[in-house]
Amino acid sequence: MKALVYVTLKPSVLDPQGKAIHHSVESLGYKNINDIRQGKFFEIALDPSVSEADARDAVERIAKDVLANPVIEDYRVEISQ
Amino acid sequence: MKFGVVVFPGSNCDHDAYHVVSKHVGQPVDFIWHKETDLSGYDAVIIPGGFSYGDYLRAGALARFSPVMESVKRFAADGGFVFGICNGFQILCESGLLPGALRRNAGLHFICKHVNLKVENGNMPFTTEVEHDKVLSIPIAHAEGNYTCDDETYNSLEENGQIVFRYCDENGEITDDANPNGARSNIAGISNLDRNVLGMMPHPERACEELLGSTDGQAIFRSLTRAIELRQAA
Repeated sequence: MKALVYVTLKPSVLDPQGKAIHHSVESLGYKNINDIRQGKFFEIALDPSVSEADARDAVERIAKDVLANPVIEDYRVEISQ
Repeated sequence: MKFGVVVFPGSNCDHDAYHVVSKHVGQPVDFIWHKETDLSGYDAVIIPGGFSYGDYLRAGALARFSPVMESVKRFAADGGFVFGICNGFQILCESGLLPGALRRNAGLHFICKHVNLKVENGNMPFTTEVEHDKVLSIPIAHAEGNYTCDDETYNSLEENGQIVFRYCDENGEITDDANPNGARSNIAGISNLDRNVLGMMPHPERACEELLGSTDGQAIFRSLTRAIELRQAA
């Protein structure tokens, strides 16, 4: 079983790296791109013996306590088989 | 009186802090490896600058889980002085010992230069020996020094006198031009509510010798020493 965790800056937090990437993309000639925001992606491999509910529970806690800084970031957890 | 300097894998200003305490403060000081958990006997613990754990995940995020940090939390809760400089400030924020977070500099660059600092609270343990109205010249060296917090946190920092240092121009004016990294309201250093925990991005330990261009950092270490002496006399 795998857990996927997406960590993104809260919408209210400026993302200077995303802005710089946006500028580079625009300079390649891409039009109509309004915004780019950078985040982090984690793949967590869980032992197959773990139930989906337990996996979600554990990974939610890992995301909150370690992977994201709740002061500036949001996170989203997906469980895939 | 005894100082401790915590050493994480990747700390690189630990020797600077040690040097300043032993040479300029003139007090006994130990290195404290991050796996240590016994902080008894220390009056002040310095969390030094550097790149603990290579800044992996976020600056300071992994150091927070080192065994020593639980002890640092208890040490702070018992009133011990904790002084986080640069990466140390980031670690204190990640640990929840100080509110807010330090983000990537607004201009994205690593900035290494002397900045001017205004002392916004000259009546706390880390600043009492700073000359009134003196603008301090102290270097910064960081890529993630952009202090951020929500409005509620900011208002409580302001109301409680927890904003200790702000970036300013040479006349002490708080201006956008004097803000090197985009930090909210030019914040360079804050304390906790009880005033015994200070975090700051600038490096006072690099401003204690004429040879290095400024001795303005000494007053901060002198203040801390004085606070410990007062406490011991009480």
